[in-house]
Amino acid sequence: MSTKIGKYTLRLDTSPSIIGSAAIGGKKEGEGPIGKMFDLVNYDALFGQKSWELAESEMQRQAAQKVLDKCSLSPGDIQYLFAGDLLNQIVASHYGLRELGIPFFGLYGACSTMAESLILSSMMIEGELAKKVMAITSSHFCSAERQFRFPLEYGGQRAPTSQWTATAAGACIVAENSQPPYVKAVTVGCIEDKDIKDLNNMGAAMAPAASTTIKRYFQDTLTGPDNYDLILTGDLAQVGSDLLAELLLREDYDIKKKHADCGLILYDRGTQDVEAGGSGCGCAAGVLCSYIIPAIREGKIKDMLFVATGALMSPVSVQQGQNIPGIAHLLHLSSTPNPTTQQGGNA
Amino acid sequence: METVTNQSYDQMVKKASPPSKSARNISMAFLVGGAICTLGHALIRLYMSMGVPEETAFPAASITLVFLSALFTGLNIYDKLAKWGGAGTLVPITGFANAITAPALEFKSEGYIMGLGAKMFIIAGPVIVYGIAAGVVYGVILYLFQLY
Repeated sequence: MSTKIGKYTLRLDTSPSIIGSAAIGGKKEGEGPIGKMFDLVNYDALFGQKSWELAESEMQRQAAQKVLDKCSLSPGDIQYLFAGDLLNQIVASHYGLRELGIPFFGLYGACSTMAESLILSSMMIEGELAKKVMAITSSHFCSAERQFRFPLEYGGQRAPTSQWTATAAGACIVAENSQPPYVKAVTVGCIEDKDIKDLNNMGAAMAPAASTTIKRYFQDTLTGPDNYDLILTGDLAQVGSDLLAELLLREDYDIKKKHADCGLILYDRGTQDVEAGGSGCGCAAGVLCSYIIPAIREGKIKDMLFVATGALMSPVSVQQGQNIPGIAHLLHLSSTPNPTTQQGGNA
Repeated sequence: METVTNQSYDQMVKKASPPSKSARNISMAFLVGGAICTLGHALIRLYMSMGVPEETAFPAASITLVFLSALFTGLNIYDKLAKWGGAGTLVPITGFANAITAPALEFKSEGYIMGLGAKMFIIAGPVIVYGIAAGVVYGVILYLFQLY
């Protein structure tokens, strides 16, 4: 069973495995630096549907189907499903996954949903409450723009600090310990508010949450940046990444050499016109499920921290002058299980 | 170790956030906005050369620009022009037409009544409301001045 370490971190002694992952992307994501690693790239932004919302649902459906196919499983083999997205009432998940017939938990963690759903899935496996659990999330540039900003065809300039919502979905299946990547420990984040109100600077709103969660994890586990190959944040992009490095440096953790951000991996900022970088649930999910998980499985990455961040506001709260609180959830992913675990055993 | 207060974090954010490229944006706004207005004037000349009286040629040119803006919005061109033109595409009458056409296209998926019809003015609505309100205020001021 799991062991509480320090105040915030939970070590998953059985080291649940992420036995499969799948990533679906849109055109821009397919043209990005890791575009070839996506399982499927849809060049039609509507995914053959009649609205952007249905397009996002279809993308989630495809991600779920793809990961099941890759693991040679059917929906009936999955005991629970954790899913979420950015749309009001998380309709992309509800409509996209309704046909699967898997017991369903809907989550809203904004862009941190991939980490949130993976943590809950891993806890389910660790607690022996299920054999196989699916975690899935998505975002779509067009459905997010119309909900959070302006209509697509509206002519306006984007701020240099703004981020580009990724059109991507990622799905993982978590099962008991069998193969890398293993989920060795998790730290659930707290909601953090540093008085940021600028809707065009999400990186700045989320960086303090990432900093706090990473610091707590280091303190709880008595480790530091040197113990990991990679510290991967979800969608802080350039502004948020710079702020995170500075915040952690003030706590005497120098992460610069180990840190990467999914928002900076998914797109080429030089040529793809995304301003500060990528964002959205699909940003962290797409990069994790297409690029990172296979890299851990192949042993190219041995120990890493996956820290997906979310900005927890709504268009209404922002219009009412409220701050933008942030959150960050952390998973320690590794190519080797926790030492107490016997390979393939039921601890 | 020091605690980062909200005030000191605000300073950090300001330092880390790149500013808008004002020199480029302002020059492009001047060029693109100027080009749109020149086109407007060319249209007035064109209509007048065709024998249209001056007081009709002016609104006819505006109507043509509104039409072109709506057309280019529908063809996914206006937003790309606006990315470079900025205020140059926003301020002329074409910007107003774009602000109405864009939501009309976008929210059509929610139906012609509550979607297209209701959301059409989501960006331009405030301009109309406060434009009319300001017109009334100035009208009253003008009226009072004329009394004495």
